[in-house]
Amino acid sequence: MEGLKTPNIIQVLSFKLGEDEYGMDIRNITTIIENNLPITRVPGVPPYIKGVINLRGDIVPVLELRRKLNLQPVEDTEDTKIIVVDIDDMTVGIKVDRVLEVVQLDKECIEEVSGIGDENSRDYFSGLGRIKDRVIILMDIEKVIRI
Amino acid sequence: MSTNQYLDIFIEEATENLQNLNQALLQLESNPEDSSLLNSIFRIAHTLKGMAGTMGFNKMSGLTHIMEDVLQKVKNGVLVLSEELINLLFRSFDALEDYVKSIINSGNEGVNEYHNLIHKLRNIDRQSVHEEDTQENDRLNIPNNIMHLDKYVKNIIEKAHEMGMNVYRITIYLDKGCVLKSARAFVIFRVLEMYSDIIKSEPEVMDIEDEKFDFMFSVIIISREDKDIIIKELYKIAEVEKVELDVLKKVNEIPQKDIAASKDVTTTIIKDSRPTKTIRVDIQRLDVLLNLVGELIIQKTRLEEVYDDKSQIYEESLKHLERIISSLHDAVMKVRMVPVEIVFNRFPRMIRDLSKKLGKEIVLVMSGEDTELDRTVVDEIGEPLVHLLRNSVDHGIETPGKRLALGKPEQGHINLRAYQDGDNVVIEVEDDGQGINIEKVKEKAIEKGITTLEEIKTATEKQILELLFLPSMSTADTISSLSGRGVGLDVVKTKIESLGGIVEIETRKGKGTKFIIRLPLTLAMIQALLVYIGEERYAIPLSSVKQIVKIKPQEIKEVQKREILLMGETIIPIVKLNQVLDIQTEKDKQSMTIVIVSKGEKLYGLAVDNLIGQQEIVIKNVGKYLSGIKTISGATILGDGKVALILDLNYIAQ
Repeated sequence: MEGLKTPNIIQVLSFKLGEDEYGMDIRNITTIIENNLPITRVPGVPPYIKGVINLRGDIVPVLELRRKLNLQPVEDTEDTKIIVVDIDDMTVGIKVDRVLEVVQLDKECIEEVSGIGDENSRDYFSGLGRIKDRVIILMDIEKVIRI
Repeated sequence: MSTNQYLDIFIEEATENLQNLNQALLQLESNPEDSSLLNSIFRIAHTLKGMAGTMGFNKMSGLTHIMEDVLQKVKNGVLVLSEELINLLFRSFDALEDYVKSIINSGNEGVNEYHNLIHKLRNIDRQSVHEEDTQENDRLNIPNNIMHLDKYVKNIIEKAHEMGMNVYRITIYLDKGCVLKSARAFVIFRVLEMYSDIIKSEPEVMDIEDEKFDFMFSVIIISREDKDIIIKELYKIAEVEKVELDVLKKVNEIPQKDIAASKDVTTTIIKDSRPTKTIRVDIQRLDVLLNLVGELIIQKTRLEEVYDDKSQIYEESLKHLERIISSLHDAVMKVRMVPVEIVFNRFPRMIRDLSKKLGKEIVLVMSGEDTELDRTVVDEIGEPLVHLLRNSVDHGIETPGKRLALGKPEQGHINLRAYQDGDNVVIEVEDDGQGINIEKVKEKAIEKGITTLEEIKTATEKQILELLFLPSMSTADTISSLSGRGVGLDVVKTKIESLGGIVEIETRKGKGTKFIIRLPLTLAMIQALLVYIGEERYAIPLSSVKQIVKIKPQEIKEVQKREILLMGETIIPIVKLNQVLDIQTEKDKQSMTIVIVSKGEKLYGLAVDNLIGQQEIVIKNVGKYLSGIKTISGATILGDGKVALILDLNYIAQ
């Protein structure tokens, strides 16, 4: 399918953490779920892993992206969502403040990352997407999960 | 014709045939006189040739073709079954295995042509050609005397002779261009039936009808007619290329070695000839089925929990439901069970090759190959077993010279046993080699900084042996290509534990070493004890739980900075789960609940806050992302839909 489309366009799911807009490639996303499933804490894991949930019979760990990026934790709201991604046989739910939309992004409108995030979190950013005056921080989800 | 849809079947059957071939070759090596083994090897080569030919795997069919040629000569007594020939057959087996592997991976045979091997097989072949000219028949490369005569057929033949009838064995070769072979065969049978009674056909009539034959088949007929008439009639049929007719005078004269040898017939042959009513099912389909049963159990548990005001009818039907689900679960689990044989099969060859390479004489004795295990476990168990067996060959068994000097028999023995023990399957790898040098283990451990001199002094032998399972412990002085390399028993241990099993070592200096692997019979569902630790629920595998006691906090004593509980003579180390799992719980309690669990021979007491009860739980994988978490071995979904974690006692009880 991809070959049929303009190769320079990528599809990105945009979401929010606080005021900033982030995005991730939709190809890794399996589903987006409400944040209403009971969560079971897992001992001995880094604090950004909230625990595991029962997602239709599968055990899925939930990662709090705010903590992973060293942002201030906030209370969950109705808008809080879990984006479930599947990378290399690893299924992980990623908790974000709010999910916005799928946007088409021309690769030519992606700039290199500089000057955002701290040293730790910069590794997870793969670029800055610009649509008019909107700026979307593109995330390398594989790195978020692996590092 | 598209052969893709048959590829799976080809792979499965080729693998099965190769396994049988391997077995038969190994047996042939020790019993070269056994003609039944030769026959079975011949038949496997023949089958493989046919299969490969159908699928268009020409290299494979070419090689099996030559194997068949050579074997035919051995069968006819033209060629001697020399050690060289057996080795060539082994190499042919390797080549075939390579082809099949390549087919599995890429769908084609790969590029390897094995010219050298084929050349050697041909040469062995050549040497014999001038010895006997009758071998010309073999142009078609078809066996003409592999007919099995059972007692029944022999009796009929005898009877026919008594009645003055003629008994003929006729082999009919069809034209290679023949398209409807079975239809042609049908015509031939019709003609034969006009003149005779057909008492035996090879292949069976059914197989001929299904076109399961090359361009030839043989029959034994009883007839009053002269042989020339029959031959003439047969040649009248279109597409009959050649007819060979033998007059069978007396049963004894049938060139049939395998009648007499029938009592030595190996299991392989029995299996080949026995039609089994089985179907092949993709393991993934069974997984789906098992998952559904799992869901059913969860929902049933939920029903039990949500309905407070239990009426008798409700209770009864729930009990009934429970029984049905439990039978269903058993049935599904049984379907997934396969004998460990499929893993064990490859070991005799491996040991043979390894011991030859190392100049050691080793006999591998296997028992309990029919012990069954869950398919997933069987798939995973091969690698650790290979490691342990290599270990025994490499580090365990001494060289023949050394063994003689020690007053041991020259030949070393490795016993590979499998048997069921309650809910466990035990696999043992035992050798009668030199045993593990405990002192050397101690030295190594200190040298590597794994432990200190003081710790070693107080350690029991068992604890020292446990050290061998730590990463980067290898006691061999020389690192060989077989084992060593620092990748050692820790890999074995990790693998076994990931399967929910445990591994132990027993060793006696100079006498040998035994590795004992205990595996759960089934992976997917277990009985568990559910407990509260603080507000959190955890599951403890019930098979490990020995006893539950309530004690007063002051009964726990502190010895050498470890908390212990004295129960009669037994000292039980206490593990406070709230500390291990980092859970806040209320302090100053009047009484404590201790779940006493066993790990190997040792007992440990786990301090929990409250018991919930016993429950059948479905084990779910926590996934790759959390695979590094040592305190838990998995998770399960409880009746309320929430996740509870299963404690990994292997780690916690340490």
